[in-house]
Formats: sequence, structure tokens, C-alpha cells
Amino acid sequence: MSTSTPTPSVVPAKTSPGWQRKLSHLLGPLALLGPPGVWLLLLLVVPTLLILQLSFVPGIRPGQPMDGFGLGNYLNIFQPIYLQVIWRSVFFALGSTVLTLLLGFPVAYWIALMAPKRWQNLLLVGFILPLWTSSLLRAYAWITILRPTGVLNSFLSTLGLPTLDLLNRSGAVFIGMSYSFLPYMVLVLYASLEKLDRRLLEAAADLGASAPQTFWKVTVPQTLPGIAAGCLLVFIASLGDFVVPELLGGASSMTVSRLIYNQFLGATRNWGLGSSLSMVLILAVSISIALLIRYGDRDPESFS
Amino acid sequence: MYLPILILAFYSFNASRFSATWEGFSLRWYSTLFNDSRIFAALQDSLAVAICAVGVSAVLGTLMAVGLARYRFWGKGLYRGVSYLPLIIPDIAIAVATLVFLASFAIPLSLWTIVASHIVFCLAYVAVVVSTRLSGLNPHLEEAALDLGATPTQAFLKVLLPELMPAIVSGCLLAFVLSMDDLLISSFTAGGGANTLPMEIFSRVRTGVKPDINALSVVLILGSGVLAFVAEYIRYRGDQRRSV
Repeated sequence: MSTSTPTPSVVPAKTSPGWQRKLSHLLGPLALLGPPGVWLLLLLVVPTLLILQLSFVPGIRPGQPMDGFGLGNYLNIFQPIYLQVIWRSVFFALGSTVLTLLLGFPVAYWIALMAPKRWQNLLLVGFILPLWTSSLLRAYAWITILRPTGVLNSFLSTLGLPTLDLLNRSGAVFIGMSYSFLPYMVLVLYASLEKLDRRLLEAAADLGASAPQTFWKVTVPQTLPGIAAGCLLVFIASLGDFVVPELLGGASSMTVSRLIYNQFLGATRNWGLGSSLSMVLILAVSISIALLIRYGDRDPESFS
Repeated sequence: MYLPILILAFYSFNASRFSATWEGFSLRWYSTLFNDSRIFAALQDSLAVAICAVGVSAVLGTLMAVGLARYRFWGKGLYRGVSYLPLIIPDIAIAVATLVFLASFAIPLSLWTIVASHIVFCLAYVAVVVSTRLSGLNPHLEEAALDLGATPTQAFLKVLLPELMPAIVSGCLLAFVLSMDDLLISSFTAGGGANTLPMEIFSRVRTGVKPDINALSVVLILGSGVLAFVAEYIRYRGDQRRSV
């Protein structure tokens, strides 16, 4: 083995001048990383910088030149009506995170530690398979179930129970979001629980710990990075979600993403406000990611 | 997990227009669906976008993953960070940014602007899946090929690429599904010229339950079920081969 890093250096060193060798060293990275890099730069980095710029232009509307500079758009966000929207988005995201954790942990625990070994993979795949279906249709399915004349209420009334009016309220958003993002939570928690050292559980039991004690003092601390990663993943996903609040939430549950949508495609067009709201959203997500990297699982794969 | 999907499927066979009560089995909504030219046009647009975007992303994403695994250079951390961004930033923010970008350069919105914007996130997903596979590969195989006189291009095409193929395919399937599912980015970059399937579905279900959309869901869910099966099978085969 001549080199430890396989650099494409087939050019004989003695016959070629130094600059040519240097060029051939540059050529490889450039050919591999150049095209995708340019694409990301053009359609991701430049656009993000553009909305950053736009967010400082007060009250800009489509077609207008970018004149002036000011914090007007950001100050606008602090109006009670928009603050309420932001607060509601965070509330939805936090609630969904807690719900998916409460629902997802027992499932992941069961699959990772209690289900028969050869069924584990199949169960896990079964749980994440709905992710392959359209998120739009999964949200739509809940309309069928939750609307006043829907499946749930027909079921309740045949049992003689009072009907529930859930659609177009916060409750429906929580249900829809938890349903959408539960597979992510289960996946991340499973990855964490599977690595759990079972001998520690046995040791705890041998030393006289009760089952709840073992759970709270051994299992939970050991899987804390996984729990943090799963929670942040669901939090981020539901914070930026548009489909569920739009379809299930009704007019009363305006969220940040719906507000941004309206600033660009809806009736009230204000690109400046929309851009500053986008920047706030990006900032919120970045902070969450920074927290995840700092305190959570240091495995970048847990994002995907 | 499956109950809502099953209920959706169940009511697609209901004869009643207001599908709360069961009024007997009927394929009426399926025939409505298959005679709906708007749905078919939208499906065509969606497939065109997804196939083009995934095709380009397969090449670019693989190049990026290999490049990031192989070279060390100044700014690599930043490059890698940017490559993760499409997975992290909410769709709405990407969609808005792309719209503003296109508007400020006066690029007319069309099917191709949707393709271009879909490549951004498809590329990122393909790269992540391929990177995972790359980190589990034996780096000496490619070195051996080089030592035995293969040119770097030969070594890449004949040794590395076949090894990466399962990851590339499953990355592409994932990207395909995400591209077919995307509503926001398409809505913002479509303009008047194009209409993808999620956009069509969204504009219909916004106003309530439509039985023909139930029928459409069943067709789409069966389609994505087949894709998911293929993807899991490829992953399973890949895992097995690696463990041998």
C-alpha cells in the first residue's frame, strides 16, 4: 500500500512541472464537489441571503425595488397578533413533541427490548412504512375521521356517547402532527434503546432495584441523548409544518408557516414581513440544532 | 398507525357522496378518478419533476458524498453544513427563499424551476444515504484497483460505484417519494404553468372531503407501498451482503 489516502496522482512526478501536478490534485475535488456545490450555492445559500436582505426592507411588496433599510419588519413581528401566532406554533410543536414522546417511547422500548429478535426489524419497518405515503393524504385521512359527521363521531354516537367537535381546533392539530411525526420519534428512540447495555439492567435488578427504579435510574439516563434527538427532530418538523395546521387546524390555528405562506401566496402580500418571519423560523430551528449537537447524540445520521 | 389509512381506503368504496354513512360498495369514485384529466395532468407533472430531479440528484449527490469522504480542504466543515441544510430548514423557508431568488433574477416560473428547486433537497438526501454506506466500505478496495493500474476513473466506475449502488438506489427512492410528496416548494416555484399532484390534491381537500380523493389516495398509497417494499428489500440485501 503506497499511500493511505487515494489521491488521483497518476501523473509521473518527474516529467510534469509542479503546477500541473497541483492542478491534477485540484481537479478531483473540483469535479466531484464543484457541481453540487454550485447548485446548493445558487439555489440555497444565495436565496437565503436574499430573504435575509429582504427582511430588512420595510413593507416591500412583489415587483418593488429593494429600497431602504430598517428593522421595521422585525419590529412588526412583535405586534401582539403575530406574537400570538408564534406562541401558538411553539405550543403546537411542544405539545406534539411531548405526545410523540409519550406514545413513541413505549413502542420503541417494546420493539427494542421485549419483542422477539427476529421480529424487531419487521416491526420497525412496519412502523416507519407510513412515512412513505403522502403526508398530505395522511393529514386528509384525519379530516375523514374527525369532522363532525366523521368516523369518530358516528362511532361515538352508536355507543351512545356524546360526539366530539375536534376538527378545525387545536386538538386536531395535535393529533395530526403527532401522527405524522411519531415514526421519526420511534426510529430515533429505537436506535438509542437498541444500543442500551442490557447487562446494566440485569445488574440493577440483581442489586435490588425495582422495575420503576431501574427504568428511571438506568434506562432513561442511558437513552437521554436519543430522547433529546428524537424530541428536537419532532419539534423542528412540527414547528415548520404547514399541511397539518392548514388542513386540520381551521382558521383559528394560524401558525408561523401558514402566516409566511399568506405573506407570499395569500391575500395579504408583504414580502418583507414574510422574509423576516422566515428568518425567525430558520433561527429557531438553528438554535434547536445547535442544542442537539451540543447536548444530544453526536451522530449526524440521526437527522435523517 | 395504519388505521387512518385503512379508513381512507374503506370509504373510497362507499357509494355515498357524503361519506359518513356506509351506503354500499361501489367503484364509482374510481371511475370518476380515472376520467379526471386534471388529476392525470397533475400526475404527469409530478412524475416529470420527480424523475428529472432524482436523475440529476443521483449523480450530484453521489459525487458530493464521495468528494466529501475523500478530500480534505479548507471550508469542508462549511460545505458539509450547507449540504445538511435542506434536511433541516423547514420547507416553507426554502420555498420562500427560492421564490424570492427566482423573482429577483426575473426567472419565469415553470416546471423547470420546480425541478431545479427539488434537486436541492433530493441531492441532500441522496448524499446522506450514500455517505452512510461509504463510511462502512473498505477503502482499500479502491486503492488496490489503483495499485493494479486502474485509472482513477476506472477505479471509480468499476469498483466504487457498484459497491455504492444499493445506497444510491435507496437514496433515489427516498428522494423520489419526497419529491412526489412536496407541496410547499412546488407551490412557490410553479407559477401558473405547472400543477403537481400534491398541489391539485391540496386545492381540492382544502374545501372538505372528496370521495374521489379517497380513491386517489388508495392508488397512491399502493404505489408508494410498492416503492417502499423495493427500498426496504434493497436495504435488506445490502445489509446481508455487508454482514457476509
